[in-house]
Amino acid sequence: MIRALAFLPVVVALGLGAFMLWGLTGDRDPSEIPSALMGQAVPAFELVGIEGMDGPGLSSSDITSASQPVVVNIFASWCAPCRQEHPLLETVAAIPGVSVFGINYRNEAFPARRWLGEMGNPFERIGADLDGRVSIEWGVTGVPETFVINGDGLIVYRHTGSLAEPGAFDMLKDAIAAAGAT
Amino acid sequence: MIPEIGHFALTLALFVAVFQSIVPIVGASLRNARWMQIADATAKIQFLLIGVAFGALMWSFVVGDYSVLNVVENSHSLKPMIYKIAATWGSHEGSLLLWVLILAAFGAAVAIRGANLPASLKARTLSVQAWITVAFVSFMVLTSNPFERLTPAPLDGQDLNPLLQDIGLALHPPLLYLGYVGFSIVFSFAVAALLEGRVDAAWARWVRPWTLAAWIFLTAGIALGAWWAYYELGWGGWWFWDPVENVSFMPWLLGTALLHSAIVTEKRGTFQSWTVLLAILTFSLSLMGTFIVRSGLLTSVHAFAVDPERGIYILAMFGVTVIGSLSLFAWRAPQMEGGGLFAPISREAGLLLNNLFLSVGAAVVLIGTLYPLFLEAITDEKISVGPPFFNSSFVPLSLGLLVVMGIGPHLSWKRADLRGVMSRLRAASFLAVLAGLGVWYMQTGGPVMAILAIMGAVWLGFTTLLEWSRRIRLFDGSLADSWRRIRSQPRAGHGMTLAHFGLAVCVIGFVGSSAWKEEFVTFAETGDTFEIAGFDLELRGVTNVTGPNYTAQRAILQVRKNEKPVTVLTPERRFYDVAGTQTTEAAINSTIAGDLYATLSVVERDGANEWTLRLIYEPLVGFIWAGVFLLVSGGLLSLSDRRLRVGAPKRSAKPVTARKVSA
Repeated sequence: MIRALAFLPVVVALGLGAFMLWGLTGDRDPSEIPSALMGQAVPAFELVGIEGMDGPGLSSSDITSASQPVVVNIFASWCAPCRQEHPLLETVAAIPGVSVFGINYRNEAFPARRWLGEMGNPFERIGADLDGRVSIEWGVTGVPETFVINGDGLIVYRHTGSLAEPGAFDMLKDAIAAAGAT
Repeated sequence: MIPEIGHFALTLALFVAVFQSIVPIVGASLRNARWMQIADATAKIQFLLIGVAFGALMWSFVVGDYSVLNVVENSHSLKPMIYKIAATWGSHEGSLLLWVLILAAFGAAVAIRGANLPASLKARTLSVQAWITVAFVSFMVLTSNPFERLTPAPLDGQDLNPLLQDIGLALHPPLLYLGYVGFSIVFSFAVAALLEGRVDAAWARWVRPWTLAAWIFLTAGIALGAWWAYYELGWGGWWFWDPVENVSFMPWLLGTALLHSAIVTEKRGTFQSWTVLLAILTFSLSLMGTFIVRSGLLTSVHAFAVDPERGIYILAMFGVTVIGSLSLFAWRAPQMEGGGLFAPISREAGLLLNNLFLSVGAAVVLIGTLYPLFLEAITDEKISVGPPFFNSSFVPLSLGLLVVMGIGPHLSWKRADLRGVMSRLRAASFLAVLAGLGVWYMQTGGPVMAILAIMGAVWLGFTTLLEWSRRIRLFDGSLADSWRRIRSQPRAGHGMTLAHFGLAVCVIGFVGSSAWKEEFVTFAETGDTFEIAGFDLELRGVTNVTGPNYTAQRAILQVRKNEKPVTVLTPERRFYDVAGTQTTEAAINSTIAGDLYATLSVVERDGANEWTLRLIYEPLVGFIWAGVFLLVSGGLLSLSDRRLRVGAPKRSAKPVTARKVSA
């Protein structure tokens, strides 16, 4: 018994070593963690609009009922990268056949209104996610994040961080084009 | 010329190490005293040669020899001198050189200080140590030569990563390495003892000071890293359960277990095979840390020079060392059980529980760290394991550890009276419950685990003090008598008290700064005022500042509490022109109650700058640094114990030879 037990450490070490050897070989990029939502339908939710603004709220049916590609952007007025990428969203909104929706993440109504007034409002619909619950459903790890949903209501692309990062905007445009083609 | 001398010395050191790895150990089996003695000389020569190599590299950095590739990549003429020196170990090659320097230093230290060791054990230990040196120095000479020349030589260097230009980080790698590599000598002792087939009380006595020294360095190194992340990186935290942090924490956990199990082996002659296994595993985990950090196997926020080809080499070294030593263990361990018996309630049992908690804790951290790799290998699914896993698995375990730590030192060896001990500890239990209720009253919103952890910390603190006061008869005798007892009792005992109390202080800091932290991020304009944790912060403005090799934007925040000015915080965003990177300089106002912490980020839009402030209030975070200071002081006090320094334990005359192994 003790004899068998004494072999346990070396067996465990061999097992760990095998995994590590596997980990070193092949084209792995450990820093790339895909969204579990990829290819899934958007999570069900219903949000009211930002208090004091005319625009309608946003719910999952608004996204799924659209027959064209939808871009959903998670933003907040207190987030600096959101400011940086904001003009790009206006560009996206100008692309024909694309709807741009916004989810306002943990933001009070007044600063959000002031921000949109100052920066321009590219969103057809905005849902105010005051407690951040809906954003958690979307698997959001931070603001800004941008999702592309195709005509069938499935999430086909996700970008975390600012769209102003090098290359990010081109990838988003490609994803929109691909989503429109299906 | 100087770099070539360094390269030559390093190559020479490899040959000396090869010699040392064979001759003394063969001498030990042949009982050839002269062959065994050779290890003393070679260990010192090896250290000297690697020292010359390290000195040569450092010299190249100090004078700025930009014909050396490593200097070009990691230094710049405008950099302050201290960071030029620190740049010596800032790169992959340089840090490996530091690694082997420390390895050789521990070998030389055993050669010099180990006069009381039996010749054969010393010879075998130094040979095993040389095996490790051979592996690492050959790795350097073959794949990572730090003295590589560059022609044509550029006029200036490419700077060191500005994040690394901080005194905390200049010292963090050397300390951490002293800890990691310090366990190498314990490992060598363990393998040598397995080869001799003899692990006894005397062996444990010899191993303890080395374990303790390595543990002190590792503790200080980890704490310095946490401190650096907190002050320099501007993350607003000190621990993130990141793989690179975890791999330094696992050897610490097992090293701590080893520290305690070696005591049992020494005092009671039992737990031998477990102590040896811990010695092997502690260093194995240190090696695994080096491997994970250098190979890019797991994703981490820490950036290191990563090269898969080198990864394979380190994995091979790691594999040979670990599999080899564990196989030796599997072969020899079953032959050396035995020793003092003990009752289920006794000091031994308490230490066994301590070991159980610590090693299960290490296993939990190991599983959490490597789980993404396992999952990806088996299911091709990619995930990351973050703080929620560790908080819900490791934290409850450590609560159990705190409870046991409070009782353990009160128990006597062999058989203890738990009921008697518990009745003595009634006051501590009462205070712990009181503290828990007090915290609950003040912070109803916080997690339950936080209240339990504070209770655990108070319990540990008071039981530790009670045990100490009993030991020195603080309350039943004159103060002079107690003072005499303090002076006459072994320092190791006082060291334990200090370290255990230090851990209690640390836990208060851990809990306060993670459970009751307040934080928010906001866009800010001059004149705006923000409120956090009872403080009002007004942004007075942002100015431009010029430093030696950077320019910065500095926000000026007037802090007031109840309308009264408290301080001015000046977080900075620095731009390093040569390296083309930026860093965050957090501004922190520290008090005993907590730290007020501000960082600034700058975004350029339409040619104008805009600022985002991140404001954090971290309660009680200073307790962490104070507690670590106590932990390290306790370790140093124990290390200074006469018994560990000059104690020349006599081995029992009866040779405890290994039983013949049946085939």
